[in-house]
Amino acid sequence: MEFFTISMLNGLSYGLLLFMLSSGLTLIFSMMGVLNFAHASFYMVGAYVAYSVAKVVGFWPGLLIAPLVVAALGALFERFVLRRVHRFGPVAELLITFGLSYVIVELVQLVWGRTAVEFLPPESLRGPVFTLVNSSVDGLRWFWGAAPASACSAADAAVRVVCSPFPATRGFMMIVALAMLLALWLLLTRTRIGLVIQSALTHPDMVEALGHNVPRVFMLVFGAGAGLAGLAGVIGGATFVTEPAMAATVGSVIFVVVVVGGMGSLEGAFLASLVIGVVQTFAVALDYSLLTTLRGLGLTVGPEWAGNTLVKLTLAQVAPILPYLFLVLILIFRPKGLLGTREG
Amino acid sequence: MRSTGVRFTPVNTGRIAVWVAYAVLLLLAPQFFGSSFSASLLSQMGIAIVACLSYNILLGQGGMLSFGHAVYTGLAAFVAIHVLNRASAGSLPVPVSLIPLVGGVAGLGFAAVLGFVTTKKSGTPFAMITLGLGELVFAMALMVPEFFGGEGGISGNRMVGKPILGISFGPQIQVYYLFAAYTFICTAAMFAFTRTPLGRMLNAVRDNAERVEFIGYNTQRVRYFAFVISGFFAGIAGGMYALNFEIATAEVVGAARSGAYLLFTFLGGATFFFGPMIGAVLMVLAGALLSEFTKAWLLYLGLIFLFMVMYAPGGLASLILMNLRVAAAGLFRPLLAAYLALFGTGAVLLAGLAAVIEMTYHLQLSDSLGTQLQFFGLSLNAKGLDTWFGALFVVATGAALFELARRRFVHDWGEAQAHIEASVKRLEAA
Repeated sequence: MEFFTISMLNGLSYGLLLFMLSSGLTLIFSMMGVLNFAHASFYMVGAYVAYSVAKVVGFWPGLLIAPLVVAALGALFERFVLRRVHRFGPVAELLITFGLSYVIVELVQLVWGRTAVEFLPPESLRGPVFTLVNSSVDGLRWFWGAAPASACSAADAAVRVVCSPFPATRGFMMIVALAMLLALWLLLTRTRIGLVIQSALTHPDMVEALGHNVPRVFMLVFGAGAGLAGLAGVIGGATFVTEPAMAATVGSVIFVVVVVGGMGSLEGAFLASLVIGVVQTFAVALDYSLLTTLRGLGLTVGPEWAGNTLVKLTLAQVAPILPYLFLVLILIFRPKGLLGTREG
Repeated sequence: MRSTGVRFTPVNTGRIAVWVAYAVLLLLAPQFFGSSFSASLLSQMGIAIVACLSYNILLGQGGMLSFGHAVYTGLAAFVAIHVLNRASAGSLPVPVSLIPLVGGVAGLGFAAVLGFVTTKKSGTPFAMITLGLGELVFAMALMVPEFFGGEGGISGNRMVGKPILGISFGPQIQVYYLFAAYTFICTAAMFAFTRTPLGRMLNAVRDNAERVEFIGYNTQRVRYFAFVISGFFAGIAGGMYALNFEIATAEVVGAARSGAYLLFTFLGGATFFFGPMIGAVLMVLAGALLSEFTKAWLLYLGLIFLFMVMYAPGGLASLILMNLRVAAAGLFRPLLAAYLALFGTGAVLLAGLAAVIEMTYHLQLSDSLGTQLQFFGLSLNAKGLDTWFGALFVVATGAALFELARRRFVHDWGEAQAHIEASVKRLEAA
C-alpha cells in the first residue's frame, strides 16, 4: 500500500513536471504552428541559470530570476530569428529550433562544462514532506516530515517495519505545477490578454484587424512558454541532475506527450503527461519480467526459453521505451491522439 | 505554344557531360590523394552521399522532415554485418560485393514495417514520430544484445574466401572502387526516381497535399512508397558502412547520426538533387578534419546551420546556382568588390568570435594544461585581461565592418537580380 501511494505521488509529480513543459510547447504549437524543438533546451538553460544565480543570492530568488531570464531569451529568439524564418514555412521553423537546440547544448557545455553540476535544493526542501510507516503490528501510520527513529526501527526482530518517505522536492514540484496550471487557466480564460491569445489562436487576421498587435502576442506567448520551461528546469534541475544531457532525456518524452495527447490540445497534454509520468515511474519501480510472471503463475519455463533476453527483460529495464511504445500504439489505434480533434 | 521556350529533352549533351564527369571524378579521385587515409575518407564520402541522397528523398522531394533516418542505415548495417559473418562462417553463400545490396533489402524491409506507422502523418507530427521511433530503436539496441551486441557492437571481417581476380577487399582502395560503383549506380537510380510519375507525385504531395487528394491520389500511400524507397537506399548506405568499418555499434542507429544526416543534407541544399552530395562530402570532412582542429566544432556547425536556415534556406547548392546565374548574365564583376569586402570583414568577425570561443573552451576543458593556447599561430593567454579585451575588440570591429559590407552587398546583389529579371522579361516579351 505504502509502495503504491509513494509511487503514485512520485509518478504524478513527474507527470506534472512533464505538463509544465508540454503546456508551453502545446500553446506555442497551437498558436504559431511551430513545434519548438528547443523547448527542452530552455528547460536545461533554466536549471543552469538557476544554479548560477543560486550560488550568488540563493535558491528562492533563483526560482524567480531564472524563468525570467529564459523567458527573455525565448522572446528575443522569436523576435529576431523565428519571425524571420516564418516565411520559409513550417519545415524551416522546425529546422531553426532544431539548430538552436544543437547550439544551446554546446553553449551550455562551453559555459558550465561537460559534467553534471551540483545543484542542490535549499535546506528547507531536503527532507521528506511526510513518511508512511507500515508496521506489521501497528498497521499503516503517517508522520509529517521525517518519521521519528523509534517508529522506523522495530525492537522486536519479528516485527516488520517499512518507512517510505516522500521527498519535499517532489511535493514542491507538485505545488508549483498546480499553481502554474491554475494561473495559466485563469490567465487564458479570465483576463483580457488571455482572450486576445485565445482569439489569436483561431482568428489571427480578425484580431489584427481589431487593432491588436498579433506578432507581439506571439512573441509574448513564445517567451512565456520558454519561461515555463525555465521554471520547470529550476525545479527539475534541483530534484534530478543538472547536466548537459538533461535536455535530451526529457525532450523526446515531451514530444511524445504532445503527440499522444493530440497536437495542440492542452487538456490532452495534461492527461498524457500524467499517464506517461505514472506509467514510467511504476515501471521503473517494478522488477518483474515475463519470466518471473510466468513462474509466478505456476508455469514452468524450459531452459531454452529462460535464457532468452526478451523473456528475461524486466519492466524496469523496459521503462525508458514505454513512452515510445505508447506513441506507436496511439498512432495505430487513435491517430489524432487522446483528446485531439484533428488528424494531421 | 511558342518555340522560344525551353524544350523538354531528357537526354541532352549537358546532362550526359555532367554524369560522365561524375563517373570520371569517382574513378580518378584516389589518384589525386594517394594515402590509404584518404582512400578511407573517400569511401566514407561514398557512403555519406548515398545516405544523404536517400534522406533527401524524404526531406527535399517529399517535404518530410525525419529525425530518425539513422534507424534505416543503422539497422541495415547490423543485418549486413550478421550476413557478412554468416558468409565468413560459410553458412550463407553471399559474395562480399553484394553485402551493400543485402543492407538495401534489409533497409527496405524495416522501412516497409516502420514506415507504415510513420507515414500515417505528415508535417510536424511526422517529424515527432520519426524522433520517437529513433529513440525506441536506439533504446532497444542496448536492450537486446543478441542482435546488437550490447556496448561493444558486432564486428566482422570483409575478407571472405579466396580472392577472385586478385580482389580480396582487404586493401581500402579495392573497397573504394566497389563503393564508387555503388555510389554511381545509386545516384543515377535516385535521380531516375525523381523523374518517375511517383517521384513527381511526391513533389506534388510536398507542395500541396490537399489538391493531390482532390485529384484522387492517396497522399499517405505516395509518402509510404517514397519512404520505403528511401529506406532501400539508406539500407545500401548501411551495408556499405558495415563493409567499410567491419563493425556496427548501437550508436549507428542513434539520434546524433540522424541529426547529422539532417544537418548536412540541409547545409548542402535540400531543394536541389545534387545538394546533399555537397553536404555528404562536408559531413565526412567535418567529422574527420574539423574535429581534429577544434573541440568546439559542433558549436561552429550549429551556428553555421542556424545562419544557413535564416539566410540561405536552399543550402550551399542554391548559393552556387545563384552566383552561376549572376555570372552567366555577366554581372559578376561589379559584385566582386562587395564580395571581397563581405568575406574580408566576415573573416575578421569570425576570427574574433573563434578566439573568444576557443579561449572559453580552453578555460572550461583543459584547465590543467595551463593558460596558454595556440590559435592560428598566435599564443593566447586564456586568463589574460589583454587577450580577452583584444579578442572582444576584434569581434566588435569585425561586426561593425561586416554590417556595413553586408548592406552594400545586399544593395548590389538586389541590383544584379533586378537586372537579370528585367532581361528575362525582355526576352519573354520579344
